[in-house]
Amino acid sequence: MKSTTFSGAARLLHWLMAVLIIAMLFIGVGMVSTVGASHNWLVPLHKSVGVTLLLLALIRLAVRATKGTPPLPADMPAPQKAVAHLSHLVLYALMIALPLVGWSMLSAGGYPITVWGAVHLPPLLSPDRGLYASLRHLHTYLAYALFLTVIAHLSAALMHGLLFKDGVFQSMAAWRTRR
Amino acid sequence: MPGYRVQDILSRRSLVSLLAIATVAGGATAAFAYAGGWLSSGRLKPTTIVNALEGHDGKHEGFRRAHAKGLCVVGHFDGNGQGLALSKASLFRQTTTPVIGRFSLAGGVPNAGDGRVTFHSLALKFDLPRGEQWRMALNHVPVFPVATPQAFLDFQLATTPDPATGKPDPAKVQAYMAQHPETKAFADYMAKAPLPSSFANANYNSVNAFRFTNDQGQTRLVRWIFTPEAPFDELDKATLADRPRDFLFDEAASRLAQGPLVWHLSVILPNAGDPTDDATKPWPDDRQRLEVGTLTIDRAVTEENGPCRDVNFDPTILPAGVSPSDDPLLAARSSVYAVGYTRRTGEPVAASALAADKAFPAPASSQPAAKESAQ
Repeated sequence: MKSTTFSGAARLLHWLMAVLIIAMLFIGVGMVSTVGASHNWLVPLHKSVGVTLLLLALIRLAVRATKGTPPLPADMPAPQKAVAHLSHLVLYALMIALPLVGWSMLSAGGYPITVWGAVHLPPLLSPDRGLYASLRHLHTYLAYALFLTVIAHLSAALMHGLLFKDGVFQSMAAWRTRR
Repeated sequence: MPGYRVQDILSRRSLVSLLAIATVAGGATAAFAYAGGWLSSGRLKPTTIVNALEGHDGKHEGFRRAHAKGLCVVGHFDGNGQGLALSKASLFRQTTTPVIGRFSLAGGVPNAGDGRVTFHSLALKFDLPRGEQWRMALNHVPVFPVATPQAFLDFQLATTPDPATGKPDPAKVQAYMAQHPETKAFADYMAKAPLPSSFANANYNSVNAFRFTNDQGQTRLVRWIFTPEAPFDELDKATLADRPRDFLFDEAASRLAQGPLVWHLSVILPNAGDPTDDATKPWPDDRQRLEVGTLTIDRAVTEENGPCRDVNFDPTILPAGVSPSDDPLLAARSSVYAVGYTRRTGEPVAASALAADKAFPAPASSQPAAKESAQ
């Protein structure tokens, strides 16, 4: 019988990444808008959390592919189901695109790409002035898009939990896996 | 039963839940806006400082917002092993590290004349093993005119030329100087101190303090200085305005055409009580120095044909063994340079002042990159 909740691994990854992604969005907008001393540690932290999130996103895709996802309620209208699926597609696309754009952007700028204190990632691209500027702007726009998608996702999850009470919220929020 | 229809969602029974959800979403958005500095007008942002630089010297598309006029250099660094006692940075090993860099003069006008009482600067990028880099932005003067990012902004604004007269408003400058004796002291020093006659015979100083960590985990705050082998000679300040526009850069090119230029890098160790968080305060000359290696500049190349134009010389790009001190200028230099870098790289490339200079013959090859690697 198909489970009514996400797998334990999927729930763990979801909540871990939720915390990291929200922290990352705040670190990002904070570090680029300050000349204060926090800039010195926020920038390296941003890069380290970014590459961590990229790895977690790839693991999560593998977990999703092997463990599957619980079905949405049968009586949920088709247009709402379509919006739900599309919003998750957008979330996954942004979770993977943002760190890759960040990594590419640093490569195009000729910067060293240092994460976790001492690991130096290879550049994804050759240095390219114009490309750096384009990717730098793209990184910001995608981050705003991710923030808005996260807010929409959070609001929709709360609607399922508080208004519809249809088990969708519990499928990710449950402590134990349920059949 | 759950109701997915709009009239169920907007019913009176749902009101409290909807309010709760709107509060969460709105609160998160407000917190995000606060973190991004959109709600607090008091926060000093890097964009404000870059805007002030553009206001001060005009916006010159494609160029650095500060130190706009410059010349690329290529060379190497030979460590003597002594520096490893202070920092585990691989630059200090008994080995040769490739370096690219840039001579520049302060100011945001890309074709300004060289005859000005201003910083002679050298920026460097050391390419260390395993993708590590050490970037430096050095000045011939060991101290800086301001101690904080806010003072830097205020100084720029106070000295911005009045469009009516083309000169800064003396009242504004005076009001600023009255508040900032450290800037006044710097201006007096610059007026009095000899100006090096060449990029080749100038000292180049770290300006800010940095934290060194060695293999044993011991940390020390240090500054450093590159001292030239070329003997010092000074410019006649009285005749500066009569000199050819690019005379300093041309002179550097002619020296390099005759042979490499060498500087000795010494790490300066402070005594207890020497300020490490205030770049306006010099350390006395008698402080202990440890020579850690030599910098050799082999050749100069215009920005058009060289490797330095699209490099952001952010002095907080550091290898393992070196980290920023608590000097508040360092974080500001990093975040302000990043904004300037994004602006200029997004603008079309413009010809540098030296592009058509006869001292720098255009490379025979039409492909600068091929020429670079062939040399």
